[in-house]
Amino acid sequence: MAAVQETVDRVRSIDVEAYKYGFVSPIESELAPRGLNEDTVGFISERKGEPEWLLAWRLDAFRRWRTMEEPKWARVTYPPIDYQAIYYFAAPKSGPAPKSLDEIDPELLRTYAKLGIPLIEQEILAGVERPRVAVDAVFDSVSIATTFKAELAKAGVIFCSFSEAVRNHPELVRRYLGTVVPATDNFYATLNSAVFSDGSFVYVPPGVRCPMELSTYFRINERNTGQFERTLIIADKGAYVSYLEGCTAPKRDENQLHAAVVELITLDDAEIKYSTVQNWYPGDSQGRGGIYNFVTKRGDCRGARSKISWTQVETGSAITWKYPSCILRGEASRGEFYSIAISNGHQQVDSGTKMIHLGRNTTSRIISKGVAAGKSQNTYRGQVSAHRLATGTRNFTNCDSLLIGHECGAHTVPYIEAKNSSAVIEHEATTSKVSEEQMFYCLQRGLSAEEATALIVNGFVRDVLQQLPMEFAVEAQKLISISLEGSVG
Amino acid sequence: MLEIKNLSASIQDKPILDGLSLCVHAGEVAAIMGPNGSGKSTLAYVIAGKPDYEVKSGEIFLDGENLLELEPNERALKGVFLAFQYPTEIPGVGAMTFLKAALNAQRRARGESDLTTPDFMRRVREAAHALKVDQEMLRRPLNVGFSGGEKKRFEVLQMALLAPRVGVLDETDSGLDIDALRIVAAGVNALRDANRAFLVITHYQRLLDHIKPDVVHVMSKGRIVATGGPELALELERNGYRDYAEEVV
Repeated sequence: MAAVQETVDRVRSIDVEAYKYGFVSPIESELAPRGLNEDTVGFISERKGEPEWLLAWRLDAFRRWRTMEEPKWARVTYPPIDYQAIYYFAAPKSGPAPKSLDEIDPELLRTYAKLGIPLIEQEILAGVERPRVAVDAVFDSVSIATTFKAELAKAGVIFCSFSEAVRNHPELVRRYLGTVVPATDNFYATLNSAVFSDGSFVYVPPGVRCPMELSTYFRINERNTGQFERTLIIADKGAYVSYLEGCTAPKRDENQLHAAVVELITLDDAEIKYSTVQNWYPGDSQGRGGIYNFVTKRGDCRGARSKISWTQVETGSAITWKYPSCILRGEASRGEFYSIAISNGHQQVDSGTKMIHLGRNTTSRIISKGVAAGKSQNTYRGQVSAHRLATGTRNFTNCDSLLIGHECGAHTVPYIEAKNSSAVIEHEATTSKVSEEQMFYCLQRGLSAEEATALIVNGFVRDVLQQLPMEFAVEAQKLISISLEGSVG
Repeated sequence: MLEIKNLSASIQDKPILDGLSLCVHAGEVAAIMGPNGSGKSTLAYVIAGKPDYEVKSGEIFLDGENLLELEPNERALKGVFLAFQYPTEIPGVGAMTFLKAALNAQRRARGESDLTTPDFMRRVREAAHALKVDQEMLRRPLNVGFSGGEKKRFEVLQMALLAPRVGVLDETDSGLDIDALRIVAAGVNALRDANRAFLVITHYQRLLDHIKPDVVHVMSKGRIVATGGPELALELERNGYRDYAEEVV
């Protein structure tokens, strides 16, 4: 309740243009030659000091990618991407970064302030160079990170950048990399496999419950992972980890194309809870610019009774093409997908999930809330399939769409496939509008149109918000309000 | 205090109000009675500023300010409260959440600070107790799954907390059994005040047995056709609207 009130407060305090991206800072980068060929792949691998096997893996992916075509089935449109015009490797940090927040676009800072981001994190998000001599705030943050690391190490949890993992835990990376999303999986995942820059690696050993949510630490350390991010999380037998990705703050990024890959693996009785808040630049009011987010996220419930749960709040990007999925291989394993996808302006969202039931007595649950405003198009695309041997499969799907205004669209495209007669698959879907009656009712009590919209939308997405870890839920709620600004006349 | 002058309004080009004039003084409870289709609910909506209605001519003054120049929420902030005949359901939004948002919106408009949670809870509990609204109901989403009687009681609860200048009750008695009617009427009576006015729209005398009006206006074909004391309502109860409906034919 307090959080909703806070949302209302935030909306109240916001001026018209919440999201100002126009921000370029003079970071010198060491660039790979423009374009994509085997030399580029070799260059990336060499710069990262990778072992032979990983280079070979990248090259295989690259050769495969050259034979593939971009998927065309999603309900999104965009001009052709010239893959040869992109730089595939940039190692920043070498040049002068902004010295302080004084050099940062004040609009960006205002947005941070609206989101209540602490100063130190603002600096990091904006790419401000860290002073060598620690001032208080910086010192605090660094020490927190260090404390986290010590605590994680004590529990035996490995949590590091992907590159570090390749160096320090090559056996784990080699055993699991590409086993959920094969290098040949799809156009964007294959591209990622060839040229991925960096990302995160988590390994939770058997029986260990990760002592903290891998969140704040991650947020602080997330920068410079680039546009082809690669994440691999393994929860060994009986392990548990909750992982929070992304940030409510608009992230500075010059790259238009993002093609990340996330692989999750749970062994027997393990559980991974993966939460995402995505707020990349959505483009301007005319629909120009904005990030294309073509991401492949998949979890493999490899062990019996294991569980993978995806929760996402998607408000950013010009185009979102994203289907966090679960392969329910282990007997009695469980997959969950909770999603809030909000589109405004000219944004296009084609998102959903796949629940692939392979093991016996596997269960899955899908709750999707799509909110479309402005001139945006918002599609839920989901697949539930029960394999011939997956007897006792249970699925429940609920996808609701809410429309704000007259120029947006919401679409629901479910694919349901049952190959054994014992599978029970339920699908519920509704599409509704923020009705004039609801708006008038709120206005009659003294709420402004913005407050009313925020209240109604927060009510609509409440079931999913409750799935988010507390601190994330509050931020997400603010973000929802901000992203719907200007959606009511 | 509330002064309506020569008001004409239509919905989808169908004229409903036809040069209606009406004056409600501070401290007064004015009943508006009239047959179906005489425009009673339209009057309520036009005062509150519902977008579907188009005002063709006329003025509505509250404390000397023309309401027709204000947005619906601005009118609410000036003290116009409409108790809806059919309160709208808003799924997922807790009744308490809604109450707090509305209350604080109005406080801010007056330059007051937001209520603290304990203060808010105390006020709600007091008001809810008087209207026999239980805490469980307040935890539910706004009007979702409320019975007809619960919805009406919640409307009056909101009115009690928002303490408006003028309360417009649109057929608040419809769908109420006699016990609920008494509770709701007692809730309204408790809010009667020398600085507050009520416009009580109803078909039936029975509500006016419990909320005693100072003035009774009879509405027909979009205008006020008769005005009198409480005895006028009793006469209508006996003879029906026939006489007044014919007068304007």
